[in-house]
Amino acid sequence: MTGPETTSKEPEKMSSAPEQSEQEAAPDLSAMGERRQGHGIKVKDLHAYYGSVHAVKGVSIDFPANEVTALIGPSGSGKSTVVRCINRMHEEIPGGRSEGSVTLDEIDVYSPDVDITAVRRMIGMVFQKPNPFPTMSIFDNVAAGLRLTGTKTDNLRERVHRALRAVGLWGEVKNRLNSPGIGLSGGQQQRLCIARAVAVEPEVILMDEPASALDPISTLKVEELIDELKNRYTIAIVTHNMQQAARVAKSTVFMLDGEVVEHAETTKLFTNPSDERTERYVTGKFG
Amino acid sequence: MSATSGSTLLPRTSGGRKRKDRIMRGLMMAATGLALVPLILIIYYLLYKGLSSWGRSGFFTTDPNGNFFGNPGGIRSAILGTLEIVALATIIAIPVGIAVALWLTEYGKDAWFANVVRYFVDVMTGVPSIVFGLFIYISLVISHVGGSGFAGWKGSLALALLMLPIVIRSSEVVLLLVPATLREAALALGAPRWRIIWKVVLPTARSGLVTGSLLSIARGMGETAPLLFTVSVAFGLTGNLNSIMNSLPMQIFGDITSPRDAVVARAWGAALTLVALVLILNLIARAVSRRSRLT
Repeated sequence: MTGPETTSKEPEKMSSAPEQSEQEAAPDLSAMGERRQGHGIKVKDLHAYYGSVHAVKGVSIDFPANEVTALIGPSGSGKSTVVRCINRMHEEIPGGRSEGSVTLDEIDVYSPDVDITAVRRMIGMVFQKPNPFPTMSIFDNVAAGLRLTGTKTDNLRERVHRALRAVGLWGEVKNRLNSPGIGLSGGQQQRLCIARAVAVEPEVILMDEPASALDPISTLKVEELIDELKNRYTIAIVTHNMQQAARVAKSTVFMLDGEVVEHAETTKLFTNPSDERTERYVTGKFG
Repeated sequence: MSATSGSTLLPRTSGGRKRKDRIMRGLMMAATGLALVPLILIIYYLLYKGLSSWGRSGFFTTDPNGNFFGNPGGIRSAILGTLEIVALATIIAIPVGIAVALWLTEYGKDAWFANVVRYFVDVMTGVPSIVFGLFIYISLVISHVGGSGFAGWKGSLALALLMLPIVIRSSEVVLLLVPATLREAALALGAPRWRIIWKVVLPTARSGLVTGSLLSIARGMGETAPLLFTVSVAFGLTGNLNSIMNSLPMQIFGDITSPRDAVVARAWGAALTLVALVLILNLIARAVSRRSRLT
């Protein structure tokens, strides 16, 4: 934020001085390397249970690579559960179990010889409420993904800085990387959590209502970021906010009572849905 | 005013209720005062009796000498003995206690075995301290384990048994305060559980764990009964935990029944010292808990 004398400490910053601050404010995914072809997720016949409650009933959804797919639907429709089955977080809940298949490209995420921690490294997650680690500094929070997974890297500093640039947080925090992560505002915390997920360099990012605890301006920033992130990652976003789905997602899934009602291009789903229930939901007549 | 006072919309508080309120408040104040009386008397008496001993030359720097006449000696060996015995008890009880608490919160959760463990921990909290002393006496002292009968380390074991349930319970409470969202965040990053415990759960709960541990140490420090059957009493200073040792509670226990005024005075000085040590630990615990990141 403050001028070039502080940026000169960062040798890996290369772009020319005048546009510096503007560039730092915006998400800069080029920091993460070239645009690349991502990996898609296929969910097939997924059933999920909480104890005896059958929450997801035979859901099949394709999440194409490098696209944002939104999941909408009323509370309790199973959107979050579907997303949490993709990175196998659902089974961490007592009584949580699932059937069916989830594949990352052609690899079965639930295959017994797949390491569950590897699945979660490949499929990152951003939660509804920003959850930075309270004992860690801003830097350590972003580094946490790498340290917690035991990833050996000689350029930890650089990877943390890149991730912070990628989420457009670099300009705001570069002078206080060692202050606590929970000292940031809610919106900044959420972008910090996205940076933490991005730093591990996953293939897919799952977002469970990432902006629902944020104010409109922070929400806008996160949405802009999602739009940038899709150039490198496959994104699944659960949202209660239909405008948000309309703004960020290429295709949208409408779920109801644990089943997929309709999955279509976002514009079509919102303007010309083929199912009557979808129409009633998107026009606000129920839910 | 007069226009609204007769309104039934917002009637005035009845006189009976006000009176009842005053009486009940008065009773509660009286109960509080009653509870404070012995506390204040104890502190007053300790200071009154103990401070004169503190002022005696050599009180903190000499050991009791057992002489029948003249200066009975100070309490150096008792202070150091207590510190040694409690230090060893701490080294045993705190890591084990925190490990059990971690198992309960991170792995056992609501499994039946975890609940059995919780139940026994609760029972252990209520076991009278003399029972721990007797247990060690029967199992280790009579059989002369380690070459000697009474020994400092056996006292440490008895104290550790006493401290263990306190550490487990207080640690479990603090570990449960660590938000589940943090564990979730770490799991979703692909972290193995042991690393989550080490790098997220323990650091987040650190100050609470320290507080609970310090309070258990303070508790152990003042116990007499577990030492009675395990360490016995000695006058001399020793760093050998495998021999009989002196300790503050035992010194007080032995001195207070003496017919000699100087020895009884030493008991009061030792008591004041013990209270001061416990108070210091409590103050440290409070200072640490104030810095806690959990509420």
